[in-house]
Amino acid sequence: MNPSRKRRIRLVVALTVALLLASALVYTSFSAGSDERTAGQLLDSAVAGKTYTLAGTVKQGSVHREGGVLVFRVLDPHRPVSAQVRYTGIVPDPFRAGRGVMVKVRRSGSTFVGEKDTMVTKCPSKFQVAPPSPGSGAST
Amino acid sequence: MATVGRALLIVAFAVALYGIAASIYGAVRRERAWSDSGRRAVYALAGVLTLAFGLLEAAFLRSDFSFSVVATHSSTTTPAFYKATAAWSSQEGSLLLWVWLLSLWSSLVLVLVGRRVREIAPVATAVLLGLASFFLTLTIFYANPFDTLAIPPAEGVGLNPLLRHPSMMFHPPMLYSGYTLFSIPFAFAIGALITRRLNAEWVLATRRFALGAWLCLGIGIVLGARWSYTELGWGGIWAWDPVENASLMPWLIGTAYIHSIMIQEKRGMLKVWNVSLVLATGTLAILGTFLVRSGILDSIHAFGASTLGVPFLILIGAMVLGSVGLVIARRGDLRSEHQLDSLLSREAVFLLQNVILVALCFVIFWGTFFPLISEAVTGTRASVGPPWFDKYTVPLAFALVALAGIGPLVPWRRMTVAAVRRSFVAPLLLALALLVALLFVSGARADPKALAFLVVVGFTLACVAQELWRGIRARQAVAREPAPVALVALVRRNRRRYGGYIVHAGFAVLLLGVAASTSFQHARDVSLRPGQSVRVDGFDIKYVRAVAKPEAEKISLGAVLDVSKRGRHVTTLRTSRGFYPAQDLSLGIVGRFFNGEAESEVGLRAGLGRDIWTVINPDLGPLQRIIAEGNRRFRSAMLAIQAKGDGSQASIGQLYALRDAAVAAVARRFVTAPWSSQFRFIVSPLATWIWIGAIVTVLGGLIALWPAPLTARRRVTAGYAARVARELARS
Repeated sequence: MNPSRKRRIRLVVALTVALLLASALVYTSFSAGSDERTAGQLLDSAVAGKTYTLAGTVKQGSVHREGGVLVFRVLDPHRPVSAQVRYTGIVPDPFRAGRGVMVKVRRSGSTFVGEKDTMVTKCPSKFQVAPPSPGSGAST
Repeated sequence: MATVGRALLIVAFAVALYGIAASIYGAVRRERAWSDSGRRAVYALAGVLTLAFGLLEAAFLRSDFSFSVVATHSSTTTPAFYKATAAWSSQEGSLLLWVWLLSLWSSLVLVLVGRRVREIAPVATAVLLGLASFFLTLTIFYANPFDTLAIPPAEGVGLNPLLRHPSMMFHPPMLYSGYTLFSIPFAFAIGALITRRLNAEWVLATRRFALGAWLCLGIGIVLGARWSYTELGWGGIWAWDPVENASLMPWLIGTAYIHSIMIQEKRGMLKVWNVSLVLATGTLAILGTFLVRSGILDSIHAFGASTLGVPFLILIGAMVLGSVGLVIARRGDLRSEHQLDSLLSREAVFLLQNVILVALCFVIFWGTFFPLISEAVTGTRASVGPPWFDKYTVPLAFALVALAGIGPLVPWRRMTVAAVRRSFVAPLLLALALLVALLFVSGARADPKALAFLVVVGFTLACVAQELWRGIRARQAVAREPAPVALVALVRRNRRRYGGYIVHAGFAVLLLGVAASTSFQHARDVSLRPGQSVRVDGFDIKYVRAVAKPEAEKISLGAVLDVSKRGRHVTTLRTSRGFYPAQDLSLGIVGRFFNGEAESEVGLRAGLGRDIWTVINPDLGPLQRIIAEGNRRFRSAMLAIQAKGDGSQASIGQLYALRDAAVAAVARRFVTAPWSSQFRFIVSPLATWIWIGAIVTVLGGLIALWPAPLTARRRVTAGYAARVARELARS
C-alpha cells in the first residue's frame, strides 16, 4: 500500500477511536455527575432516590452523634434554612461547626442520608484567616 | 525588618524587569553584552530573593508577630521545626517560595547550559524572568509576605494542626521545585521556537532539568500520598481532589515528554509533539499553582477566598495562546526527518505510551474541571467522584505498566518476529506462572481485575529483570566480572538507560502496592468501649484502654489497642485525636480547648505482607455538659474578679491555673468514665510496597539524572554533534 495512504488510514482510525473515547468520557461524566445543591434547593426539590452533592456550612450547635451516625445540619448560604444530614463513614479531621462541607446525600423524608465516606471538608489552613485582634493571645 | 523585606521584593521586581529588557534587547540586536547582562540579572534576582526568603524565615523562627503572616500561621508554642515550615503554609510565603525556587533553578540552568545554547538562552531568560516578575507582582500587590500589623498580638494563631507533619518540610518545596523546574524546558522551548533553533540542541540542554522536574514533582506527589495515609485519618493515599490532580497532570505530560524526546534525539522525529508536550507541561504547572490559589474548585487543600484567580487566568491564557501561535507559526521548521518504520518498534511503543499518558491527563483534566464545565453547559454545578476517575484511569494505568515492560525489549526502527520470540517468551512464561500461582494459591481470584493487574506487574518486572540480566551476561562475557560488579558497571556506563529501567520496575511495584492494597483491603467502622473487640480480616482488635494527655499545645484523647491473630499477640496500636485550643473565645473558657482544630494520630503497624491501620474519633458529646458547666463557672469567676476590681496578675494567674486543672480533669474523664468511641480499622495487603516502589523509582530517577562518566558522555556528545551538524546542514 502507498505509505502516505497507509498513514492517512492510521490517522483516521486513531482520530475515530479518540473521538469515540472522548464521547464516552463526556457522556459518562454528565450521567454520573452528582449535582451540587444548597440546602434550600434540596429541601424544595430533591427527589427521593437521586444523589446530590450538598454544599454549605455546618450549623453551630447542630453536630452530635447517635451511635455510629454523625448528625448535623448544613446551612444554605443564601437563605435562612438548613438541611439535616445523617452521615456514616470517615469524618475528615477539619470537620466541625462553622466549616464548609460537601457531602453526597439522598433524600429520606425530611432529612438527608449522607453516602459513606463522601464528606469533604474545606481545609481551613489554606484559607485566608482574619489576623488575630491585638493582644488577643491565649494563655494556657 | 518588614520594611527591608518589602524593599527587597521591589528591588527583585526591578531586577527582573531590567533582565527582561536586557535579554530581549540582546536577543534582537544580537549583542552579547546585553544578553550577558540579562543572564546576570537572573543571578542577582536569586541573590535578592534568597535574602528576602531568609528574612521571612527569620521572622517565623523569632515569632515576630509584627509580620501579619507570622501572626496568622505560627505561634510561640509551635515547635521550631514547624515554625520553619510555616513560612510556606501561607499564600504569601508560598508565592515567595515559588519565585525564589524559580530564580535558583533559572540561575543553575544558565550557569550550566547558557553558553551551549547562546541564541536561545536570552529569550529563555526573558521568559523565566517574565514568570518571576508575574509572581513578584503577586507578592508585592496581592499577597505581600512582609505586610505588618499596626499592633502586634501577644500570641499568634499557630500552624494548622493538619500541617504539623514532617512531610511539611519537604512536600511543598518538592512540588514547587517540580513546577518551577518544568518552567525551564518551557522557557527554552519558547526560545527555540522564537529563534527558529529547532534542532535537538535545546532538548539536550534542558533534558536533565526536565528529568529533575519530573523527579521532584514525583517525590512531592508521593510525600503527599504518604502524608494523607499517615495523618489525614481516612486511610487512603489519593482522593482525586482537584489540587492533587493539579500536581499529577504536569507529571503525566512530563513523563510523556521525557520519553518522546528520546525519539527526537535518536531519529529527529516528533518535533511538533515534543514542543507541544513541553509547552503543555509548563502551562499545566502554572495551572496547578492557579488551582490551589484561585478557589474556583472546591478542594480540601485550596487557598480559598483569594483574589489571585484573575491574574493567573490572564497568565495561563497568554501561555496557551502564545504556545499554540508559536507552534503553528513554526510548523514548517518542525517537520520530522523520518517516518515511523514499523508499528513493532520502540518509537511506536513510546508513541503509544505518550498517547495513553495524554489520554490519562485529559481524563483527569475533564474530571477536575467538570464542576465548571457542567455549570457552563447545564447551569448546574456537578461533580464526578473517585468511581468515575477509576473507571478510566485503571485501564490506562494497566496499559502503562504493560508498556513499561514491553518498551525496553523493543529495539529502535523495527523488530523481527524472531526477536519478539527471543525477548518475550521468558517474561510471558513467568507471567503465566504467576497467574497460575495467584489463581490456585492466593485468594486473588476473587477480583479478576486486580488479578490481571498483578500478572501484568509480574510481566513488567520480568521484562526489566531480563534486560538487566542480559546486560550483566554481556559484560561477564567481555570482562569476566562477577555479577554484582557487572551490574554496577553496566548501570554506571549507561545511567540514563538503566536508571530508566529501574524507574519502570519501581513504578510497577508502586502500582502493585496500590492495586493490592485497594482491591483486597478490609475496612471496618465500629464503635467500641474499653474491653470490647472487633475482628477485621482475621485479626482480633481489642480496645484495651482509653488514654488522655492534656498538654499546653493540645489535648490528646486516644486508645491503646491490642491486635492478635488466633490468640497470638501481633502488635499494640496507639491512636489518638489531638484537640488544639481555638482562638474563638465565644466557644467558652473551657470549651475552646475541646472545640478547636483537631487532628488524628494514626495507629499503624506496617509490614511487607500487610498494614494494620487504625484511627480513633472520640465522641465529645458526653463531655459537653461538663464543658458548658465549666464555661459558666469560670465566666462567673472572671466577672467576679472584674467586679471586685482585682485584675492583678496574681488573681488572673490563679484563675488560669484553676482553669488548666479543670480542663485536664475534664479530659481525664475520657479515661476514668470511658464511653464508646468511633474507630476505623483497615487491613491493607502489600501497602508498604507502594512506598518501596516509590523509593526504587526515585533511586532510578537519580541514577538517570546523575551525569555519565566523561568517556561515555564524550561518545554520546560526539554522536549527537554529528546529528546536529546534519540537521544544520539541511536547514
